[in-house]
Amino acid sequence: MLALLPACGSGDEEGASPTITVLAAASLRETFTKLGEEFSAAHPDVEVELSFGASSALAQQVVQGAPADVLATASTATMQQVVDNGDAPEATPFALNSLQIAVPPGNPGRVRGIGDLTSPKVEVALCQEQVPCGAAAKEALETADLAVKPVTLEADVSATLTRVKLDEVDAAIVYVTDVRSARGEVEGVEIPKELNVTTTYPIAPLRGSGNPEAAARFVDFVLSEQGQAVLGAAGFQRP
Amino acid sequence: MTADTPAPAPARAPRREARQGAPWPLALPALVAVGFLLLPLVAVLWRAPWTSLPRLLSDADALTALRLSLLCATAATGVSLVLGVPLAWALARSALPGVRVLRALVTLPLVLPPVVGGLALLLALGRRGLVGGPLEEHFGISLPFTTAGVVVAETFVAMPFLVVAVEGAIRSLGPGLEEAAATLGASRVRTFLRVTLPAVAPALVAGAVLCWARALGEFGATIMFAGNSPGRTQTMPLAVYLALENDPDAAIALSLVLLVVAVAVLALLRDRWLRVPAAS
Repeated sequence: MLALLPACGSGDEEGASPTITVLAAASLRETFTKLGEEFSAAHPDVEVELSFGASSALAQQVVQGAPADVLATASTATMQQVVDNGDAPEATPFALNSLQIAVPPGNPGRVRGIGDLTSPKVEVALCQEQVPCGAAAKEALETADLAVKPVTLEADVSATLTRVKLDEVDAAIVYVTDVRSARGEVEGVEIPKELNVTTTYPIAPLRGSGNPEAAARFVDFVLSEQGQAVLGAAGFQRP
Repeated sequence: MTADTPAPAPARAPRREARQGAPWPLALPALVAVGFLLLPLVAVLWRAPWTSLPRLLSDADALTALRLSLLCATAATGVSLVLGVPLAWALARSALPGVRVLRALVTLPLVLPPVVGGLALLLALGRRGLVGGPLEEHFGISLPFTTAGVVVAETFVAMPFLVVAVEGAIRSLGPGLEEAAATLGASRVRTFLRVTLPAVAPALVAGAVLCWARALGEFGATIMFAGNSPGRTQTMPLAVYLALENDPDAAIALSLVLLVVAVAVLALLRDRWLRVPAAS
């Protein structure tokens, strides 16, 4: 029965697969799409397939044996699950990010700071705690000693930001880079440095890769000056 | 939908020998199909964390999600009965032009991807929605991100199941009984309540059970329209999806509960009393 199924995706051909699958956190959608294009331009022999989602979900997929070549997550904790499971050698930090409040254009909830998120009049969307943006938001709110009742806890940062883009909530805590990438559709409200949380993004080639050499090349490319320039332009800081 | 077993073909020339079973070119793919359909269910049972099941299912969040699921699915079925049965009657008995187009349109959610339904609901009833905007402005009613929003999403997706089942039954009933009641002086409302409804009761119950099961399993429209808020909008399917992020065992345990409910529903529908008439 399985023999009838066409071989899909990774590495059934002779030698190394020409396609590498890169799993990346939802907040890396813009930058990794661009990095994938630039990498393919520099390495025409390698096709890059990208898949974005919640870091925790991607880590679970890898642990469950999903075929992939490179993993980039939005937190060291989610990456550690994969490393501990033996699916990746050690990971390398490649970017830092911090939090910002996204509000719809015109700021209908009149949110001026993180303290306004406790107001019952302000509908707030957060990432659920299990994903890095949710863990970071929770930490920031705890540091500020604020009890916020979010109307929805979303599965990843893209979904959380979309609630603001659709103007269905008054505010959401997302990454600085998300607000920047959605410029025009959302506005940003700063979270002061002493309350803000910095998250570290690690990247690692995966042991189950059908083309370890190309996977390593992609990781090197992200860490290279060219890769860092793309990340910097999107608002990520260097680790 | 479930169709009745077809009538046996009329006997033709006497066969040379009575052969049991299907010919192998049919039997083999049939076996593959059975395996394909049952394997995932077996896999859930196989991977189910039986030892920690009591702990996982007595978890406060799991119980909350289960309670909310049962409450919302039941409420959605109630709304579907109140609104859907009259609609089924209108579709079956109305002679107005355009009723066929209307029938196609109201059963659209049957084939519409639920996520699309959820997005459409958001655009209609959301804060900036066609109706949702004025609704909030003038009455202060906001449906997204509320338990009522879950019921709305589930009703939108599940009501067509009930409408289709009941409409098919009313139509196959024919107008004879109703006309007889009318000539005996019963009012139209009385005729509907005392003649039509009892006559289609089995289809009504079957449709309601299907509607309830569909509402219970509703995911896409719910997460889109009502979001995910434990205790308020996080139903079982949402809990399964989100538990997968960090606790696959909990997700499997919750899936198992939904699986048991689904099997119970099927068992109930298999009951002879609940023969669903073939919906045309």
